[in-house]
Amino acid sequence: MSAEQRPRREVVTGVPRAAGRAPGHAHARSEITEHTTLGTTYVRSLMRSQLRTALCALASLALLVGTLPLFFALPAAFDDGSPASGAVLWAALGVAVHPLMWLTARWYVRRAERNERDFLGLVEGR
Amino acid sequence: MNQAYAVTAVAAVVLATLLIGGLGLRISRTTSDFYVASRTVNPGLNAAAISGEYLSAASFLGIAGLVLLQGPDMLWYPVGYTAGYLVLLVLVAAPLRRSGAYTLSDFAEARLESAAARRIASLFVVGIGWLYLLPQLQGAGLTLEILTGAPGWAGGVIVALVVAGAVAAGGMRSITFVQAFQYWLKLTALLVPALFLIAAWTGDDAPRARFDAPAVLREHTEVRIDDTVRIELDRPLTLTVSGSVDGQEHHGRALTLAEGGHRVGAGTVLGLPAGARVPTRVTSEADPASWSQPLSAGDGHGLYATYGLILATFLGTMGLPHVAVRFYTSPDGRAARRTILAVLGMVGVFYLLPPVYGALGRIYAPELALTGDADAAVLVLPERIIGGTAGELLGALLAAGAFAAFLSTASGLTMSVAGVISQDVLPSRGVRHFRLATLLAMAVPLAVSVVATHVPVADAVGLAFAVSASSFCPLLVLGIWWRRLTPPGAVAGLIVGGGSALTAVMATRAGIAPEGWAHTLMAWPAVWSVPLGFLTMIAVSLATARRLPPGVDATLARLHLPEDLTGRHRPEGPERPEGAGR
Repeated sequence: MSAEQRPRREVVTGVPRAAGRAPGHAHARSEITEHTTLGTTYVRSLMRSQLRTALCALASLALLVGTLPLFFALPAAFDDGSPASGAVLWAALGVAVHPLMWLTARWYVRRAERNERDFLGLVEGR
Repeated sequence: MNQAYAVTAVAAVVLATLLIGGLGLRISRTTSDFYVASRTVNPGLNAAAISGEYLSAASFLGIAGLVLLQGPDMLWYPVGYTAGYLVLLVLVAAPLRRSGAYTLSDFAEARLESAAARRIASLFVVGIGWLYLLPQLQGAGLTLEILTGAPGWAGGVIVALVVAGAVAAGGMRSITFVQAFQYWLKLTALLVPALFLIAAWTGDDAPRARFDAPAVLREHTEVRIDDTVRIELDRPLTLTVSGSVDGQEHHGRALTLAEGGHRVGAGTVLGLPAGARVPTRVTSEADPASWSQPLSAGDGHGLYATYGLILATFLGTMGLPHVAVRFYTSPDGRAARRTILAVLGMVGVFYLLPPVYGALGRIYAPELALTGDADAAVLVLPERIIGGTAGELLGALLAAGAFAAFLSTASGLTMSVAGVISQDVLPSRGVRHFRLATLLAMAVPLAVSVVATHVPVADAVGLAFAVSASSFCPLLVLGIWWRRLTPPGAVAGLIVGGGSALTAVMATRAGIAPEGWAHTLMAWPAVWSVPLGFLTMIAVSLATARRLPPGVDATLARLHLPEDLTGRHRPEGPERPEGAGR
């Protein structure tokens, strides 16, 4: 085997840098689209902030609505059975719950969009 | 009720559905149009379509009937149906849209990169879809029977034909228009008569509905009992009987029944005097009304059942096949969120109305509890309270709304089940195969609804929610938020969670469950089967950590990053995850 056919030795010092890559913010963007470790970290930070927002909304749903059966079971336990508790049941489940849930949802949508804007700001360096 | 008005109203709804569907057909040109309306549906139209699709027979007729029978505890149903959308918005809406998945099986495959996970998910989509279609068809049969005296199968067949026709002809685009129209029709059909009824009720010195005592009849009432029932009297009752009571034949003469249990034969007509207490119907296992019975029961059973219902509806909505398909029609994740916010408003406004009918029914038509036709409360109230031509016209409007409810939910379900069948069962895709799949999707539940006439309607809907909450809720939530979910974990969780919920409810229905707590636990499985599904998925995923899908980081980035960062705005052509379909 002749010396010419042998593959030439190359000195590798790092990942070849693409020519003409814009400095600064475009860097973070390509880290993300190319799924490097750093990009994954960016995505995880967004996931964490979105999950936190989601859990806040769920917690308020659980507190406002999820505890109602317990609340309604209490008067029965004390056995007063007054018609007033019936009226509270109608007002709470028939009417009040719906605007509460809608407001929770609106808060969540605004918050989630803000998280995304903040994230874009971070990534694009704005 | 005047049959001519009701038949005209129902025919008008059917015609309008076909007409709007046909208009869609002329617009719908490409395959992409056909499946997902090219993802250009704006949030307002899309939200009306989603709401129209979601508000089924159970909402339009069922809630009022349940409230009439059992009082305000039943309001947990509409609250749960609405809250389900809030949970869906918060946990899955935007990521599910960004996943690019058209059906839940597409999501399973895209996230887990596993054909096995896709097949199991498809199985559950078709199963839950059929469970949900069955009561729509049966409800249509019941409504048409009450309105016109047509045989019980006729309504189901009409709905099946119209829906299969509209879906197969126009696909998703026309369905979007049809369903948006049907939301507004349903809201109007319930709102206008409600205003008249409330006015009449106020003019009648606004009598209060009492739910803690047996309902009292306001005037002499003739009640026809179609099926043999057992009734319970807490004090002696004087009435006239034509037919059999306790095995003895009577021919229209006055009779005093002692307190305690009595058996009223099928076809008996009872004449109850004004001021009489309506006898309590004793429910048995095979009785349609028995499903929701434990909600109002004491000693902890009621509380447990209430939480069972809350978990099933709050978490089950996200896994209903016709709900998931709708996300794909939004242009991006942000629009998906805003659409769901609008849906919450629309559904919430609608749900203010059925309880009004339930309470008025308790005052003016309490004998419906005795005949077991409580679902008809919405339909008969205008005639009962207002009467005359005005009452008949309002009744016809309600009948039209009820039919819109069957049609819209059934078409959404057919669309999504047919989507899965055409992708995963039939050999090749394309519009022709989609049409074939539509027929398949509709034929099976139609056959069951004709053969099995006495499947309890409320059961099937509740069952669909419980199974969906125990299978797809863990898959979606863990798939979107937990990186370490593996294909074997997902498959195990789907089978253990969804399977156990299905088995438990089927066993209760079959009467295998022993009395007491075991019965309550099995009738309302969501409290234990949802955590079971989650735990199985997590445990098996941790045990099979080596099977982590290789592209998991890329997938999660796609699910959570806003579209303007990833540049994934592709307005035309259905994007499919690689290898989707096989």
